[in-house]
Amino acid sequence: MKKRVLLSLMLIGATISFVAANDSTIATVKKEVADPVNAGLKIPGGFSASVVADNLGRARHIVATQQGGLYVKLERLKEGKGIVYLKDADGDGKMEISKTFANYYGTGIAIKNGYLYASSDQDVYRYKLDDKGEVIDAETPQRIVKGLWDKRQHASKSIALDDAGHIYVNIGAPSNSCQEVDRTKGSKGMYPCPILDSAGGIWQFKVDQTDQGYHNGIRYATGLRNVVGLDWNQQQNKLYVTMHGRDMLYTLYPEMFDTTVSAELPSETFYAINKGDDAGWPYVYYDHFQQKKIQSPEYGGDGKKAGGEKAIDPLVAFPGHMAPNALLFYTGNQFPEKYKQGAFIAFHGSWNRSPLPQEGYYVVFVPFKDGKPNGKWEVFADGFSGTGVVKNPRDAQHRPCGLTQGPDGSLYVSDDVKGTIYKISYSSK
Amino acid sequence: MKKIVGVFLILSTTTAFMLPQKKAAVSQPTLKAAIERGKTVYLQRCMACHQMDGGGVPRLNPPLDGASKVKGADKVYLIRTVIKGMTERVEIDGEYYDNNMSANADLTDVQIADVLTYIRNSWSNKASVVSAAEVKAARAKIK
Repeated sequence: MKKRVLLSLMLIGATISFVAANDSTIATVKKEVADPVNAGLKIPGGFSASVVADNLGRARHIVATQQGGLYVKLERLKEGKGIVYLKDADGDGKMEISKTFANYYGTGIAIKNGYLYASSDQDVYRYKLDDKGEVIDAETPQRIVKGLWDKRQHASKSIALDDAGHIYVNIGAPSNSCQEVDRTKGSKGMYPCPILDSAGGIWQFKVDQTDQGYHNGIRYATGLRNVVGLDWNQQQNKLYVTMHGRDMLYTLYPEMFDTTVSAELPSETFYAINKGDDAGWPYVYYDHFQQKKIQSPEYGGDGKKAGGEKAIDPLVAFPGHMAPNALLFYTGNQFPEKYKQGAFIAFHGSWNRSPLPQEGYYVVFVPFKDGKPNGKWEVFADGFSGTGVVKNPRDAQHRPCGLTQGPDGSLYVSDDVKGTIYKISYSSK
Repeated sequence: MKKIVGVFLILSTTTAFMLPQKKAAVSQPTLKAAIERGKTVYLQRCMACHQMDGGGVPRLNPPLDGASKVKGADKVYLIRTVIKGMTERVEIDGEYYDNNMSANADLTDVQIADVLTYIRNSWSNKASVVSAAEVKAARAKIK
């Protein structure tokens, strides 16, 4: 009996010491993994990156206050709330959750003239801010727009504001290419596409009127399948947008397109928008190899025939399906000269390039001069996915989704997989 | 001891009962051929959205790999989904997906049976085959 007890005790002791040793090893490893150089991002020389907040939920668009706080819009409620307000109260460089509010999920969030604006998939709300940039009454926002189409597909409402009292709201088309039966082989394109009356464009509303509906708004631009990134360019006093191009050229038209072409086309497009513009969806798509608008196969196209004579051309055409989810014109003084007035675009990353590897999952920079691109676009921040090649979107650990500029000129990037907020800064030293 | 013998008897009877049943339903080479043909259909019709690994696309296109409905017993539901597509907002294993699914009514009974058999027996999935006769019967009831 004594022997047995002794043996058991020895065994228990051995196990404990083993576990203890193991634990300390794990702790050391964890610490190293948790704080990699530049938060695991690949960025240009002179820049540094860090994670300022993490595990927020599905962080879509973000906006910084002039006082250094950050509002984050969530695509799914977290503990019943759809907006997170972050600030670095103790000055340690990390942001803490200061407040959560709003009982609706969504994507759009923006600040203009002392108000915070945020969207659900049907409505737009605004909240008055105090002199600290904090929401005064989180419980009773003013609903300024209501009843916009929410038909699952492309339902998120991105927003931007001008200096003349208007808000611009994207209403994405709940369709791939306006076929009679969506995404279905052999189904014809509807003509004229009835969706364009209520979606597939940007609508303009007034910032200060309660409960505006479609009848109060102006269809500011049309023929835009789904715009997730949009920004008002202060210097040009003009709206700029990035559009998600159509999917499934190969799946729907295997006789015209192979999987390689279908992975690259159509282009993801970046437009300057004037009132009344038509970007051509669903009748045409853009092809950056042929550098022209091509008639959609649902509307008699064959992959070569040009179309859309009255439709606008993009400023920049990116490879297909990369999903430009946020657009930000840089107006700060912190970054080097070449970045001033240029555009940052957060690419959420593709899914429609399968069986080929996916693309995107990075933040791109487009240099600008006088409102027009004046150089080639380049990848500015990469490595969000945490894996070399993304074969399937679910393998990506983080996906860039929102952008905002802090009062010090730093760039913030949100991720909607884990809810990580990155801060990218420049230091000439 | 008697109990153990009893259990053994039940087990062996069940096994004996199950084995010939399985063999009668579909032989291994036939299953393999159906899966091969089903993969061809999958690559043309399903892969773009549901991906090569059946993992789908987060929040857009639901995964087929490991999905309870895909592995489940309700084959009529699966056949109907392939034929009619899906446009409603439905919760799938605790998550919602935004994209509409194509209708594939133009596929033959054999093609639908094959692609469902492929999906139900790929990645981590292991479920019974879907036969052309089952597709035919289900299709007749779909308006």
